[in-house]
Amino acid sequence: MSKPAFTRRKLITAGLATAAGASGLAVAARLAGRYGLIPPDHYGIYGVGETLDYASQRLLTSSRYSMAREFNRSDISKVCPINGGPPEDETFQRLLAGKFADWHLTVDGLVARPASFSLEQLKRYPSRTQITHQACEEGWSFIAEWTGVPLFYLLNLVRVLPQAKYVFFFSFGSKQKWGSLDMPDAWHPQSLLAYAMNGKEIPTPHGAPVRLRVPRALGFKSIKYLSRITVTDTVKNYGKGLGSSSPEHGFSWYGGI
Amino acid sequence: MGATHFRDIIALVATAESAYFDGLATRIADIRDSPRHSGLVRVTHWINVLSFVGLLVSGIGILLAHPRFYWGETGGIGTPSVLDLPLPFMKGGPSGWGRHLHFLSAWICVLNGSLYLLSGILTEHFRNDLVPAKADFRWSAISMVISKHLRLKRPGEETSLAYDLLQRLTYIGVIFLLFPLMIWTGFAMSPAIVSVFPAFVTVLGGQESARTIHFFAADLLVLFLVLHIAMVSVAGFKSRVRAMITGESSSSEAQT
Repeated sequence: MSKPAFTRRKLITAGLATAAGASGLAVAARLAGRYGLIPPDHYGIYGVGETLDYASQRLLTSSRYSMAREFNRSDISKVCPINGGPPEDETFQRLLAGKFADWHLTVDGLVARPASFSLEQLKRYPSRTQITHQACEEGWSFIAEWTGVPLFYLLNLVRVLPQAKYVFFFSFGSKQKWGSLDMPDAWHPQSLLAYAMNGKEIPTPHGAPVRLRVPRALGFKSIKYLSRITVTDTVKNYGKGLGSSSPEHGFSWYGGI
Repeated sequence: MGATHFRDIIALVATAESAYFDGLATRIADIRDSPRHSGLVRVTHWINVLSFVGLLVSGIGILLAHPRFYWGETGGIGTPSVLDLPLPFMKGGPSGWGRHLHFLSAWICVLNGSLYLLSGILTEHFRNDLVPAKADFRWSAISMVISKHLRLKRPGEETSLAYDLLQRLTYIGVIFLLFPLMIWTGFAMSPAIVSVFPAFVTVLGGQESARTIHFFAADLLVLFLVLHIAMVSVAGFKSRVRAMITGESSSSEAQT
């Protein structure tokens, strides 16, 4: 004989608790969807962890002052490692040979005034310089000074439409990374379209002529060699619909970690 | 034999008529199998085992992308390191699924651990069973405990059912120092969390310092795991594991 297992009262309590838990989960999922707390790669068992990470960090960073740390000039790293080389495709090589005089950044999608910007144009806009830490997903890191146009400035110029949910970034070359930011990261004052690194033009392997810098995320969110920015209300239209090339290689979409 | 039989009958009646004999049934259950560990401690223990295995395997996966450690804010190939593990750099592979599994396991570990902490405080499990008594710190008591452990003496009937000083200090260190340190140094590596709480990383001396401390604290947890399994084996592996699952206990067996 074993000890008394299920009494009627216990069964009823357990039933009620299960029902409450299930409906609580359903309500939580709806609320999370409405307030943008579900990442594009929320599928599968790992999606549970991804969603918990993304939702909790979005709540944390939106409810409080959230700025990546900025450093002094003396903190700038002497060695700034890179992963992978610049695009090998013809278009990029031609632009590189012409010192990016013919380079243009296209901004389109859910915007009132789609536009194309030359490097000279971008450099005439108000700039921001910040010395920030960048960690690679692999574990190494460096500190560098970045100068560029705040992303929010450009988004305001092209007038992002209210239904916008993601901003996609594409670089030259078929093998290069592409990815997207949600609107909290896109509007964040430290998200930068950088054209200078440590006071000079960005060295080619670091993402010339213009790269994204998102200091509240790991390095893979900072797309290099930019050619196009597209504002959307969905992640479905690109690649496998996971919002970025990184989930297609087994990594997360969210880079705040 | 007779007493057991009698108890079974009472228990049977109590089960059938639980609406009336709820209190009686509980008391009998207490007498019959007062378990060494409460159900909550046993369930959270095994969930913790699962999440720890997940964290360990995935942690190694992440480590393999860059098996090198630095001190301060930054570090990479071409900068001085504090530790170079003799392992290959495996780019683009294990750190991807590693990170997915690491965070999923970390959520389970933290939520499960919070439940365990809360109940340990509310039921005074920590105060009664883990905080050492003043008498335990007498030199004679300490030397006796140490010599007992050094001789790998199998706990016998005369052994107290309570944890001895070394066990208490070890568990306190693991539960209240190492696990919180792992969570803290983990947070210190998140650029988003650090953007809200910069002190998480600055007091450690930098992001790479946090990564290095995370690694060494993980090593200590693995050391604990090895010792823990070794001690369980000395006390009788099968019976101790069975006791940790079912809660059954006999007074001749001591705790591990």
